[in-house]
Amino acid sequence: MQVSNSYWTLFCNVYRKDVTLAFRQRAEIVNPLLFFLIVITLFPLAIGPEPALLARMAPGIIWVAALLSTMLGLDKIFRDDYMDGSLEQLIASPYPLSLAVLAKVAAHWTTAGLPMVVMAPVFALLMNLEPQALGATVLTLLIGTPLLSFIGAIGAGLTVGLQKGGILMSLLVLPLYIPVLIFATSAIDTSIMSLAYSGQLAILGAMLAVAFVAAPIAISSALRVSVS
Amino acid sequence: MQIEGPNGAGKTSLLRIISGFARPDEGNVLFNNQNIAEDYDNFAQSLLFIGHRTGVNLQLTAYENVQHWLGVHGYGCTEDEIYSLLGKLGLVGLEDVPARTLSAGQQRRVALVRLWLNQAKLWILDEPFTALDKRGVAMLQGRFQEHLDSGGSILLTTHQDLTNSFSSLQTLVLEYRH
Repeated sequence: MQVSNSYWTLFCNVYRKDVTLAFRQRAEIVNPLLFFLIVITLFPLAIGPEPALLARMAPGIIWVAALLSTMLGLDKIFRDDYMDGSLEQLIASPYPLSLAVLAKVAAHWTTAGLPMVVMAPVFALLMNLEPQALGATVLTLLIGTPLLSFIGAIGAGLTVGLQKGGILMSLLVLPLYIPVLIFATSAIDTSIMSLAYSGQLAILGAMLAVAFVAAPIAISSALRVSVS
Repeated sequence: MQIEGPNGAGKTSLLRIISGFARPDEGNVLFNNQNIAEDYDNFAQSLLFIGHRTGVNLQLTAYENVQHWLGVHGYGCTEDEIYSLLGKLGLVGLEDVPARTLSAGQQRRVALVRLWLNQAKLWILDEPFTALDKRGVAMLQGRFQEHLDSGGSILLTTHQDLTNSFSSLQTLVLEYRH
């Protein structure tokens, strides 16, 4: 047995565990996607299948559905580790907890956010979104969904010790999603008008950069509080 | 050192404070004259903690659990070493089934494999003998002796009397107060 002090090994191990677990319980990956699909099909049924109206509402509906289906998997991101004591083992490891947290958020995004990005063009067609807005939809989801995972994980970390933390977490997290929602839908709207939407994307990117640096620290503090 | 006391006396709380999971209301925890809250990652290098909740994921196999724990704590180990160790702990043929199908004692053994796979000086163990059979308890105490001989220390809570006699054993008895 030798000691190998490598941050990369830690990151890979934590990431691999979460992704393996998600693939072993495949419902975890499929259910949020189905939820996304069902929410999107409900809208035409409720407001009428008029193509122009749907196309006008598509960016908002796709993004609200993405927000809600991200919430579905968030509750689980730290819950199992908290229950079985793995979280304590992560804290008691000689590596910074924020690095392990970063790996867990990355795993959450791979299993929850990435499938949505991949399926987005299909859902956009369902909503009769203008073809020129497809690129913007995929791009905003690509930048926006990791942001949702980061922000959501802060709420998940704070509420992991509570008996019924799920609803409280939604109440904490959803208001924080508003800026993401505003800039993402604004980017798609702009692209429908065939205008440049790089400004909104840049703001989303800046928010992601800040979250990448700051969120793991916030999440690990939240987890330490939850465990004690 | 063995910590004794009736249920609710605060044995687990004390261990959690010493391990740095909970903050003490008053005072500090010092390790090598260094406050652990100030440089926790450094302290964690010398610490092995196994609590009530052992950190064994029930969906993963015994082998994967050990592998993951090693990775998280920065220890490298070959596949053969892990398999032979799991075999030594009586988990032959159970290395690759999900841990949820194992019995409570076997799950505990999966967690206790870590005692053979670390270089930590200080072991903090909360009720390590729970669910273990007599042979398991004896094997664990044998491992304790090896660790003590190599200059390590162990802090544990248990309701059972230790059957081996450890020359350096100290006992701290906590009283239950309202």
